Amino acid sequence: MDLALIVSVQVLYAIATLVIISSGLAVIFGMMRVINLAHGEFLMLGAYSAIFATKAGVNIWVAMLVVAPICVGLFGIVVERLIIRHLYGRMVDTMLATWGLSLLCVGLVTSLIGNTTSGVSTPEGSFSIGAYSVSLYTMALIVIAVLLLLAIRWVLRSTDWGLIARGTMQNPGMADVLGISPTRVYSITFAVGAALSGLAGGLLAPVSGVVPTMGGSFIAKAFITVIGGGSSILAGTVSASALFGLINQLATFITTPVFGEVALFIAAVVMLRMLPQGITGRFFKGSL
Amino acid sequence: MDRRKFIQTTAGGIAAGTAGMYGSSALAADDIKVGSIHDLSGGLDIYGKPMVDALTLAIEEQNAAGGLLGKKVALINYDSQSNMQKYTEYAQMAALKDKVAVVHGGITSASREVIRPVLTKNKTLYFYNTQYEGGVCDRNTFCTGVTPAQTVQKLIPYSMKKWGKKVYIVAADYNYGQITSEWVKKYVAEGGGSVQAVEFFPLDVTNFGPTIAKIEAAKPDFVMSALVGGAHMSFYRQWGAAGMLKKIPMASSTFSVGNEQIVLAPEECNGMVLSYNYFQKIATPENKTFLAAFQKRFGADYPNVTELAMGTYQGFKLWAEAVKKAGSIDRMKVIEAMESGISIAAPSGKVTVDGASHHCILDVSLAEVKNKKLDILQTFSQQAPSDTSSVCNLKKNPAENKQFVIKV
Repeated sequence: MDLALIVSVQVLYAIATLVIISSGLAVIFGMMRVINLAHGEFLMLGAYSAIFATKAGVNIWVAMLVVAPICVGLFGIVVERLIIRHLYGRMVDTMLATWGLSLLCVGLVTSLIGNTTSGVSTPEGSFSIGAYSVSLYTMALIVIAVLLLLAIRWVLRSTDWGLIARGTMQNPGMADVLGISPTRVYSITFAVGAALSGLAGGLLAPVSGVVPTMGGSFIAKAFITVIGGGSSILAGTVSASALFGLINQLATFITTPVFGEVALFIAAVVMLRMLPQGITGRFFKGSL
Repeated sequence: MDRRKFIQTTAGGIAAGTAGMYGSSALAADDIKVGSIHDLSGGLDIYGKPMVDALTLAIEEQNAAGGLLGKKVALINYDSQSNMQKYTEYAQMAALKDKVAVVHGGITSASREVIRPVLTKNKTLYFYNTQYEGGVCDRNTFCTGVTPAQTVQKLIPYSMKKWGKKVYIVAADYNYGQITSEWVKKYVAEGGGSVQAVEFFPLDVTNFGPTIAKIEAAKPDFVMSALVGGAHMSFYRQWGAAGMLKKIPMASSTFSVGNEQIVLAPEECNGMVLSYNYFQKIATPENKTFLAAFQKRFGADYPNVTELAMGTYQGFKLWAEAVKKAGSIDRMKVIEAMESGISIAAPSGKVTVDGASHHCILDVSLAEVKNKKLDILQTFSQQAPSDTSSVCNLKKNPAENKQFVIKV
């Protein structure tokens, strides 16, 4: 019984991690159709922002939840202005440009900070489920993932801004005619996506080692989750995270962490063969 | 080619270019060249940086004392960037282009097995100064670090006596972790205990949640860790965060060699038991002199001199002693001088080369992590590398060239 509970907590944790690392990408790729290969580096910058803020004496929660997204969001605005803006609608070109950006970020951070692993201690303590202990931070990440999804849903559905953003993505010409500046909407949407990536980086900083190349280990999973999810950004991210997180963690429990990763990727390949449009191409059609 | 490889090769190209320039311009023609191949960046730099610092100090001391054979000793440093391809490249560069007298280097056992054949083939003397899993038998190579018969053999009986007989092993997934865990199994069995499970982790794994739950379910008396590198440090963080440190104690054959006890918080690692040749708190006059010199050179706030740093320092001293005895830097003459069983009074105590196995006889201590420091519990004087010397005799079979692996 206790074991079943602890396995469920770990499964939820894996799902929450996938949701957190892919929500930024879901906004940038899912809504704006920009293949952002620098997504991993956005995470990395978020992680470093959180670490530097913590070392400067900022409370760790503030550093992770406020400083990291703001820093990377601002960085996102600059990137959008300088690079992405000129490449809307040219998917292959944005891919090349963001790949270059990702190399540049890794190179710059390596030369400024060095290629050394840094990190912060996990905040909060632990609690017990029967004979097992669970880190409170694990629970916090699960709660944050849920809140994050609710917030995205609320913004997209219930605010004017969400309506405008969705409308502009569907038909920028019409939005322009109606007096909305698409460039401004694009810029803000990209910044929000970047901020979400930064938040993810900040939240992951205490549980993984922070190095300039850390983005590499997350970007594949983020893309697989978003593409596996299909066209609906919210329902897609949630359903793909749930499927892949469950498979990954169960395989890890039964065998080893290495095989857990392998199982995730095998599941993704099989799923995309059967559902080439992603999960929401067949199920939950038309949802957000 | 993926992004990472692209970065690594580009960065490597630039680094190789600069290393080469340094090699040809900064050295005088008749200096004795000592090659150093260590990771100064990347995931293993926590180990490599102190090793190069110690080697730098050892060479500076040698030059201050008049050099070797009347010549100056020059250090040629190659940063292998935690990348195995770089090791091959730099080993070849050291042997063929820079023609160094000796190479000190290699950190993980994987990297040692990459450069050892290159250096043996190109007839360049090689010193591996890291504590490792034992068994290397090669006349061109000297392993000056401690091996499981010297460390694990002390650590396991002590831990079993203190905590109990059920052991759970977590180890890094490459030759070091795999062979070391076999040794742990052997000593646990000899002590009448049982190993519940062994889990291996690639060096980039950072999520240990399921593993920690599995360990909790198995309820061992203690956990034996042979985890390696920066990413694996998150095991200790997550272990501490789950409140496990108070429930299940831990022993380790790798902890603290990268100064993990300073990076982690005390509540993430206090009470862990370790076994090495050198701890900074060793109270010999030689160690006092060494620490004074080291802190003068690298600053009084230098975190902690690690086992690996001391291994490198002692490795260089042994080589220098052998060169003096041989009166030459000729490879065979130095090897013969080393094999005659030379000995130095090192900061960790007396260190003697075992000529037959090319390993060392030295002191070993047990210590406990306590508030970012390592407190010595017990010292065992002059331990022989009996694991390797029971299978390897280079005096009888000088042409032997392999790594013996324990079978349990």
